[in-house]
Amino acid sequence: MLDFITIGFLATLVGAAWRLATPLIFTSIGEVISERAGVLNIGLEGTMLMGAFCGFAATFASGSILLGLGSGIVAGMAFGLIFAFFTITVKANQIVVGAAINLLGMGLTAFLFRTYYVSTGRGVDIAPPIAIPYLSDIPFLGEALFRQNMIVYSTILVTLLAAVLLYRTSFGLTLRAVGDHPKAVDVAGRSVAAYRYGAVLIGTGLAGLGGAFLTLGHSNQFVEGITSGRGFIALAVVVFARWSPTGAFFVSLMFGLFYALQLQLQAQPMLNIPYQVFQALPYVMTVIALVMVGGKNASPRKLGIAYDGR
Amino acid sequence: MTDDKPMNSPYLLQMKEIYKSFGPVTVSAGVTLEVKPGEIHALLGENGAGKSVLMSILCGILKPDSGSIHYKGAPLNIGSPREAIRHGIGMVHQHFMLVPNLTVAENYVLGQGTPLRLINDMKAVHQRITALSDRYGLDVRPDAVIEDLSVGEQQRVEILKVLFHGTDLLILDEPTAVLTPQETDRLLDLMRDLVADGKTVIFISHKLDEVMRVSDQISVMRDFKVVHTTAVTDTNPRELARLMVGRDVLMELPRGSANPGQVVLSVDGLSCRNDLGLPALKGVSFSVKAGEIVGIAGVSGNGQTELSLAISGLLPIDAGKVSLEGKDITGLSPAEINQLSFAHVPEDRHKMGVLLPFTLAENAILHRYNQSPFAKKGLLQRGVTASFARDLIKRFRVKTPDEEEFLANLSGGNQQKLVVARELARDPNFILVSQLTRGIDIGAIEFILQEMLKQRDAGRAILLISTELEELFTVCDRILVMFHGEILGEVPADRSRLEEVGLMMAGQRSAPAAAMEPALT
Amino acid sequence: MGFGAVLLELNGYQGMDVINVMIIGVFQDFRSITEILLKSIPLILIGAGLCVAFRCNMWNIGAEGQLYAGAVAATLVGVSFPGLTSWIYVPLVLIAGALGGAFWGGIAGYLKVRFQASEIVTTIMLNYIALIATSWLVTGPMKDTKAAYPQSARLLREAWVPDLISGARLHIGILIAIALALVLYVYLYRSSAGYAVRVVGINPHAARYAGMNTGRNMMIAICISGGMAGLAGAFEIAGVTHRLYQNISPGYGFEGIAVALLAGNNPMYAIFSGGLFAVLRSGSELMQISSQVPQVLVSIIQGIVILSVVTFGALRFFSRRRG
Repeated sequence: MLDFITIGFLATLVGAAWRLATPLIFTSIGEVISERAGVLNIGLEGTMLMGAFCGFAATFASGSILLGLGSGIVAGMAFGLIFAFFTITVKANQIVVGAAINLLGMGLTAFLFRTYYVSTGRGVDIAPPIAIPYLSDIPFLGEALFRQNMIVYSTILVTLLAAVLLYRTSFGLTLRAVGDHPKAVDVAGRSVAAYRYGAVLIGTGLAGLGGAFLTLGHSNQFVEGITSGRGFIALAVVVFARWSPTGAFFVSLMFGLFYALQLQLQAQPMLNIPYQVFQALPYVMTVIALVMVGGKNASPRKLGIAYDGR
Repeated sequence: MTDDKPMNSPYLLQMKEIYKSFGPVTVSAGVTLEVKPGEIHALLGENGAGKSVLMSILCGILKPDSGSIHYKGAPLNIGSPREAIRHGIGMVHQHFMLVPNLTVAENYVLGQGTPLRLINDMKAVHQRITALSDRYGLDVRPDAVIEDLSVGEQQRVEILKVLFHGTDLLILDEPTAVLTPQETDRLLDLMRDLVADGKTVIFISHKLDEVMRVSDQISVMRDFKVVHTTAVTDTNPRELARLMVGRDVLMELPRGSANPGQVVLSVDGLSCRNDLGLPALKGVSFSVKAGEIVGIAGVSGNGQTELSLAISGLLPIDAGKVSLEGKDITGLSPAEINQLSFAHVPEDRHKMGVLLPFTLAENAILHRYNQSPFAKKGLLQRGVTASFARDLIKRFRVKTPDEEEFLANLSGGNQQKLVVARELARDPNFILVSQLTRGIDIGAIEFILQEMLKQRDAGRAILLISTELEELFTVCDRILVMFHGEILGEVPADRSRLEEVGLMMAGQRSAPAAAMEPALT
Repeated sequence: MGFGAVLLELNGYQGMDVINVMIIGVFQDFRSITEILLKSIPLILIGAGLCVAFRCNMWNIGAEGQLYAGAVAATLVGVSFPGLTSWIYVPLVLIAGALGGAFWGGIAGYLKVRFQASEIVTTIMLNYIALIATSWLVTGPMKDTKAAYPQSARLLREAWVPDLISGARLHIGILIAIALALVLYVYLYRSSAGYAVRVVGINPHAARYAGMNTGRNMMIAICISGGMAGLAGAFEIAGVTHRLYQNISPGYGFEGIAVALLAGNNPMYAIFSGGLFAVLRSGSELMQISSQVPQVLVSIIQGIVILSVVTFGALRFFSRRRG
């Protein structure tokens, strides 16, 4: 019954895992940066949707994928600016504002999509796969892993950049301090608000990019609710990864594997398991992961708390 | 800012007519402060007299509404803390400004340099820190992570940070609050060394003896103004105390001798761990009798917090036994202990004792929210609660418009009065009191301490945990000293034994003579 | 509203006309008013329940999943016991729904209390799990074999919640929703149990000091909110659809968050804010029919309402929440 498990099957699985993990990698690394600065953004789902829609719309109009990705990032940051204004300047509760951002993102993208695109029914050409010389010639594995599009490859670059930014620059040092002891940063003469704005904008820009990947590197169409909970799962990835960018990369890959497994196993009709079991797998795993890593041990001390000068 | 330039001014710093208010609340009412170079200038005043606000203005954290500041003979217009640091003004805050999850060196370079440049010269930073540390004998390791350091070590890290930034004018805000007497001596010596090295020090304190010992000039603040500035040689503690509170302070509260009765609380071999799982109490034994006040002295963090939590059922007990009026209460839940003749004034009012967004009336029934007469058939009895709260307010002279005021709108002293009133209203035979006078004004301290003496004379057993020796010697009958989770010794509360208590607080066992003395048992 | 009009104009709709149609339309006749009241039932129930959870500082984002859990439980009971009279059967179905929702919320509560797992994330995950589980049930074990679409069998007649007025879909759930919101108000502000819930929400240390069991109060709060959401699901099943579908809720669970927030976390005010959101929802449905304006506009308006509340209502609301 399990004879469908071949080397080819496994290699495809791994390749698909990386591809499916890509939006999670971008978004969760962005959220690591945001949470390290003490800002918990549960509005990622709406932000990703904006990135997905705007990326799609820009590429649809111009035919350029790069322009689409750029638009996705800008759209994410625009939502980030709204989020930052209400949580950092107005000092409203971050969870509440995040919930509003999600409603706005879902509503706005669905509204615009139904108004302009739903009747066209056309998609865009997604980013083409690029075979990496030599590596892609490795039997089975090379085929599966090193014939991805440039967005998938760029996750490695983004992970490294985020790690360097966080641990090797003065900006990153201050950022980590902002989430732990903002008053110390204030007294050291840096603006807590500016750093939090910066962290949120980086975080939402990456979430926008993660969303744009869905329409430009994965599916070729925008669909309402295309993110299907990835924005929320990214929050769990951050906890599981203990607020580390490289950790977020690998935890995202693990979740990507769940998605891939779900898709692959759904396609195996001889398995007499309802497909919903595989659908639910990532969510169930997230809950289990949360229970395993527990609560607040490694979390930034001032996560979710507005800075009021004290 | 006025632009009159006092040429050849003898002063390093002149702050003139500084006004600042937050809405209707004035926090600086025309302060004038003048500091000469190379002196230790004490800023003396009670909690809430406006000392910290004034220094926050000097450091660029707050902007004054009006007034002028001259520094090194030129007008100073500081818009941000960074500019203050650039001008060589550095402050050691009462609550340390150290990021717990970073190293010492990382804390020192925090906020410096171009944000996006890579950090690659940490080695040089480490060398500079080590050199500075050696020069002043501060014993600071640059790669230590802050959260692993003790409070005393963290303070040295803070002082060195200011020196690292090239400061000429150091402001120390209540630096001795967390130190042992011996560590305090070391700090006062360091202040002398700094001045000898050409620095100027502003020393914020409400402790008269330390100010008298170390300062050259003293400015006394009261009601958000400097009311008097004098050379230390021209004044005496009594005068300073009167200036601080605006009237004579009762340094000694009138009290009769204790008349201890039956043992009420007995603690036997008590051991427990703190919230990090480390041993916090190591076999502590003592007892408190009816009609006496027993003090627990010690530098904070030596197990006093855990002791009070363990007695009141808020911390699991690993070994040992606690009995109240002969009944074993070891391992009982807080709810069960609340049913007994027990009251607890917790050490951190805001963390545990009160609910700031609740009204006074709601706060007054915190322990008895589900007991008659405050609740009947599960419903709160608002009328009963209100008249009960009004009664507490009247008896303890809590300053508030009425019992429906939110607690957050009261001063610290009045909040604490309500907590004490609430706890005493439980009519307890045993009263556990922790850091009773932390962060409240002298008037309230006096009132509450007198109330404690009344309770003692009424035959209650009181355990008073405090880091303030002055408070302990004022009301206690005998004093136990805690160090590293153990009780090092016991002395009668006689001011002549102050030195001995200080030594024990630093971990030295009491002299044989004192240890052998039968201690009122 | 102004923002809505601008947004519509920008996208080629007759903004003001649409808004006018919406406002006049929803109140135009008796039937549309009963429809608004019908829609307000789940919103009031969920909103009032969430007030309790939020007051206890339990960020239950999972009312949607709890609604589904309640709907499933209500359906299971509602199809299984022929021969019961309505007097017994209807309460049984509703209680089953409430228990189902409370159980689903209780999972997140337990994980929070026992393992410190953030309830924000777990409740969101449980939403998805509940939705997927429902889709499995109506395509598999609970599927009505006679129907072409994925749906459950029809509830037995005796399990149907009686209509309030004959001829309209409005059922007596509206009275129960309002009554329960008032009960929760009394519970939260006039009972000692509610006092404990609020103390735990503001300051868990003080709660322990006062002898309260923080974990138990957190469980109670999230189970109450889950139970109310489950009840909302049961009313949808037993009062409106009479069958379980994959998509019985158009997002009432998320909307309930906005309802609670607009109410300042006071269950009594949730009656009014729930009503207001029902008007918005009806209006946007009407817009879709009369002007082809996509109905999703309603979630945009909700987002804006939340942001307005946090901006203009933040002071009062958060000064009570923060310690």
